[in-house]
Amino acid sequence: MPIHRVEVAIKPALPDAAGEALCARTREDLNIAVEGARVIDVFTLDAALTPEEVERVRCELFTDPIIQISATNQSLACDYDCVIEVGFLPGVTDNVGRTSLHGVQDTLGRALAPGEGVYKSTLYALKGVDKSVADRIAAELLANELIEQYVVKTAADMAELDGKPLLALPVVSQQSDIAVQDVSLDLNDTGLMALSRDRMLALDLSEMRAIKEHYARSDTRARRKQLGLPAAPTDIELEILAQTWSEHCKHKIFNAVITYTDKDGETRTIDGLFKTYIKGVTDAVSERVPWLVSVFGDNAGIIRFDDEHLFALKAETHNSPSALDPYGGAMTGIVGVNRDVLGAGLGFQCIFNTDVFCFASPYYNGEIPPRLLHPRRVLRGVHSGVRDGGNQSGIPDINGAIVFHERFLGKPLVFCGTGGISPAVVGGRPAHEKAAQPGDHIVMTGGRIGKDGIHGATFSSEALHEGSPATAVQIGDPITQKKMADFLLEARDAGLFSCITDCGAGGLSSSVGEMACAPGGAEIHLDKAPLKYAGLAPWEIFLSEAQERMTLAVPPEHLNTFLELARRREVEATVLGEYNNSGTLDCYYDGALICSLDMEFLHEGLPRMHLEARLDTPEPASELLLPGDESDLTGDLLQVLGALNVCSKESFVRMYDHEVLGQSVLKQFQGARQDGPGDAGVIAPVPGSKRGLAVSCGICPKYADLDAYQMTACAVDEAVRNLAAVGVTLGTIAGLDNFCWPDPVQSPSTPDGRHKLAQLVQACEALYDVCLAYDIPLISGKDSMKNDYRIGDTKISIPPTILFTAAGILENVDCVVSMDVKAAGHVVYVLGETRDEMGGSEYLALRNQVGVNVPQVYPLSARALYERLSAVIARGLVASCHDCSDGGLGVALAESAFAGDVGMSVTLSPLTMDNGVIALFSESQSRFVATVAPENTDAFEAVMDGSPCYRIGETSAEPMLRILCADGRKVEADLDALRTAWKRPLDW
Amino acid sequence: MTVNALVLTGFGINCDNETQRALARAGAETVRIHLNDLLAQLDQLDRAHILAIPGGFSFGDHIASGKVLANRLRHKLGAPLERFVSDGKLVIGICNGFQVMVKMGLLPYCDGALKQEATLTWNDTSRFENRWVHLQAPAGNRCVWLKDIEQIALPIRHGEGKFIPGDDAILQRLRENGQVALRYVRDDGAPANGVFPFNPNGAVDDIAGICDPSGRIFGLMPHPEGYQERTNHPAWTRASLPAEGAGLRVFHNAVEFARNEL
Repeated sequence: MPIHRVEVAIKPALPDAAGEALCARTREDLNIAVEGARVIDVFTLDAALTPEEVERVRCELFTDPIIQISATNQSLACDYDCVIEVGFLPGVTDNVGRTSLHGVQDTLGRALAPGEGVYKSTLYALKGVDKSVADRIAAELLANELIEQYVVKTAADMAELDGKPLLALPVVSQQSDIAVQDVSLDLNDTGLMALSRDRMLALDLSEMRAIKEHYARSDTRARRKQLGLPAAPTDIELEILAQTWSEHCKHKIFNAVITYTDKDGETRTIDGLFKTYIKGVTDAVSERVPWLVSVFGDNAGIIRFDDEHLFALKAETHNSPSALDPYGGAMTGIVGVNRDVLGAGLGFQCIFNTDVFCFASPYYNGEIPPRLLHPRRVLRGVHSGVRDGGNQSGIPDINGAIVFHERFLGKPLVFCGTGGISPAVVGGRPAHEKAAQPGDHIVMTGGRIGKDGIHGATFSSEALHEGSPATAVQIGDPITQKKMADFLLEARDAGLFSCITDCGAGGLSSSVGEMACAPGGAEIHLDKAPLKYAGLAPWEIFLSEAQERMTLAVPPEHLNTFLELARRREVEATVLGEYNNSGTLDCYYDGALICSLDMEFLHEGLPRMHLEARLDTPEPASELLLPGDESDLTGDLLQVLGALNVCSKESFVRMYDHEVLGQSVLKQFQGARQDGPGDAGVIAPVPGSKRGLAVSCGICPKYADLDAYQMTACAVDEAVRNLAAVGVTLGTIAGLDNFCWPDPVQSPSTPDGRHKLAQLVQACEALYDVCLAYDIPLISGKDSMKNDYRIGDTKISIPPTILFTAAGILENVDCVVSMDVKAAGHVVYVLGETRDEMGGSEYLALRNQVGVNVPQVYPLSARALYERLSAVIARGLVASCHDCSDGGLGVALAESAFAGDVGMSVTLSPLTMDNGVIALFSESQSRFVATVAPENTDAFEAVMDGSPCYRIGETSAEPMLRILCADGRKVEADLDALRTAWKRPLDW
Repeated sequence: MTVNALVLTGFGINCDNETQRALARAGAETVRIHLNDLLAQLDQLDRAHILAIPGGFSFGDHIASGKVLANRLRHKLGAPLERFVSDGKLVIGICNGFQVMVKMGLLPYCDGALKQEATLTWNDTSRFENRWVHLQAPAGNRCVWLKDIEQIALPIRHGEGKFIPGDDAILQRLRENGQVALRYVRDDGAPANGVFPFNPNGAVDDIAGICDPSGRIFGLMPHPEGYQERTNHPAWTRASLPAEGAGLRVFHNAVEFARNEL
């Protein structure tokens, strides 16, 4: 086939914004000065087109005549020393290429032939760099070799090429053997474990033995003989079992029987962490919150929003893929969790995203271990992936955080959350009830199947190691998903399907396998599945985690209407088989039965894990060193404001669309200049209604090493006080727990597994205790338990981390309060007790100390405070309210003041903490800075009476923050100086 | 008289719901319609008085923002659209919809032909940004959507919003014909003069929105449908604002114009 290469560049006389941005990036990230860069888009048309047709698409489709020039089979690079061209590897999602194909067809008014295609690549023409430097720029900045190919050419090379393609066409040529193999389990224990490892099954010995025993049973053998199946499992059966039984899908650690020895040496047995603590607290609280609708049973937790609407909430992690390919991993994280909400009940419309990332410092200057990327590159890539995934899907990002800790070098954490809304009744049925019926068709919609993401579920159930598969890395395609989501909500409202679920981890194997539980079986024909390219083995088709797919159960009477609507919406939908009540999951390929798995064994046959947890005695704490007689703490405050965990993340957040859908009430940045950090995101999601949703996050990994119980309690408290700060009342709050832990299973490679598991037990205890006190049911959650890096002698385990996402319902959004001080002459209060709790604080971290006294949560007194706070906010008595969090009281005072562009003069002597350093920088929980107009102070104080509420000063017209501590130390800073210190570190 | 409005959807358009809401609140019978359904039922377009092409990421903004949808509209809906506008009906393109209209030549439409005369390209910052901007409708502008609006604050949410006219002559015509509908200004109404963040993208002459010579075809980068409630405004907790967001006035103007003139 003739290949036509079309290059498109900005006109030489115009500035090239992308080229300038690239020069800035090479300077900032690689410390390489590039004299000039031009970015050239390359479209390679692998299609039989006439010269006139090529000319038409070049001019009409690919070129913007106002600002661009273009050429066919001739390079536009000029005045350069080296070029780098970056394109995709075969099989990697090429979104621009695929859209271009649509554009070419529209322009020519005809369809291209099967096999014809358009491929996108990018040419960077660089001036002032030699080939070796260009190589570095390509490898360390522009291309990721797991998904992309690149070449570097000099001007001389280019002259020789004379317009010919630089890269090979990324056409998949590698074909798997499509024959189904049997896999003998007639092996000893060593052989079974070798098999598990070699096939990436990630199953342990007891699990391998359970499978071996199942296949050895006489009834299994007899049944298989009758069906014409081999006695040994087929490859597809073994793969289905491995992924269904993966830690990722079955949460084996959270369901294990744990023998736990606590810090006092007392031992007891825990009958499953999930059942005891997570479901336990939800059960206990459920009597007091009448709005739970569907918890733990669906893709997302579902609660009642108002009489006519339900609300669904879910958060996921995508850590392992983001470690290998930050952009694609994070993007598939966000669009993946969107599908969880789209697949909750009969389908929810996604109305917001949240994002929380954990990285090592972007200014890290140590060695980067093999296969890891520099944290700066990870941060940029993850952020861009979430940005593009959310923005292109039309879902606003309303809350999040970026957290830094050195041990996230081993694995970044990428938490993506989504909320959704649905009418309570859709297509005449309750929106939260769904079940496939025998006779319903199995229909797959959305994208096609490729080798992408094979073994994703098992991959994420392991540490990152040398053999971690590149196929686990994928790129999302938000537009294919957006088209599918629009279509599915239309089909939902027309009542065209009886069940829907996300085709996520484990692919069809997981979605069909789970959906087949209700009817009691399914029959699927894998040769009918639409493929991106030929050459996938049946097991690969069934397990592929190719993105942008949903699996449905469509009743026969609606099938034609459903498929016709899909056609009109240009969404692919394919019937793959039928649900039935056979008791087995049967797969066919070209008419031959290749898999028949007993549904009960598949879902219930997994042996329960038995684990041991034992809390190590902590090392004696080093003595706390506080500065001696420094009387001016202004410099210290400026320094803490600039700490990575405290400073502004505005430059990142502004790149997320946070207002699409038109429901925004409180945005991430607030105040006179819209640059003060808000506490909770607030939206009014139902048009015409004042009823609102507030959403917040809490995450405190820095306390984990000191006390995993308090790390968790603090995370819950942080999320709740963020909600309380805007006016949410306890009793309306639903919670989500996302655990990210280092491997907590004792083994030669994890000699401290018992301790890590004991920390997990402590975290669960805290979750139970605090949620019970605050009346918070946990409506959904997720755990990711293998967040370690292990290559050679290097092992990096993340600090145990829990993200707590909270959503609260507001009766009337007109009553919410923002964090910025509103006017001079208002009275400033500190709510909550300030204690000597410097352990894990930002102040000590800047001095390379950890400290001892980790902040403690006192849930009962905090509860009383939150109740009083919501009462004064509801009565309109509060002008501003801001939570005290990372960095302590000094930070909260500074942020409140500069956000409002209003000065503040306070004295901390009313607090019960005399030491000025501790008063300003201790990170005691459950505290707020509130300001109140003078005419409201009496009423405010009357309601607050009974909770710690300290009047510390007034706001002032003079743009200065003045703090006098009880011990005479002081802070005096101009608001601009505070704002600048806070904004500068990550103002990228 | 009933004013009928169509709001285009599909292929990554994502502000269709709130755009429909805004037109409905302004009094129009408003239908959201998928492009493929519109192509199959062109009589719907004939019955409508107002067409809105909302914001979003049509076709992912692959190749360039709005480009692929513009290409499809020009090839598949070009003649019916030209008939629609020559009948004096109203069209608004918001954000991505504006990009689509400019790239298919429906704006500035100086000579009444579908020919691209300007473009919208990458912000000078080379990044997508969501922030609120202050806008001024220059005196003498012809845009019927902006009647009685002199200044307005609205959110922008785009990566490719830098307006560039094809040449100085086109810019001159836009100015002289009253086709410069909205300019970015500073908080106090002084010209932004290209200074970030007041002019958030580096648009030539601070241009945020333009109209055709009749003033009935209007495109703008900011989102008037994004300011329908007082609580949408970022400073609503600091200032007293009317309950109805100022963005709705744009849609009220159009519906009123259609009711009186069509």
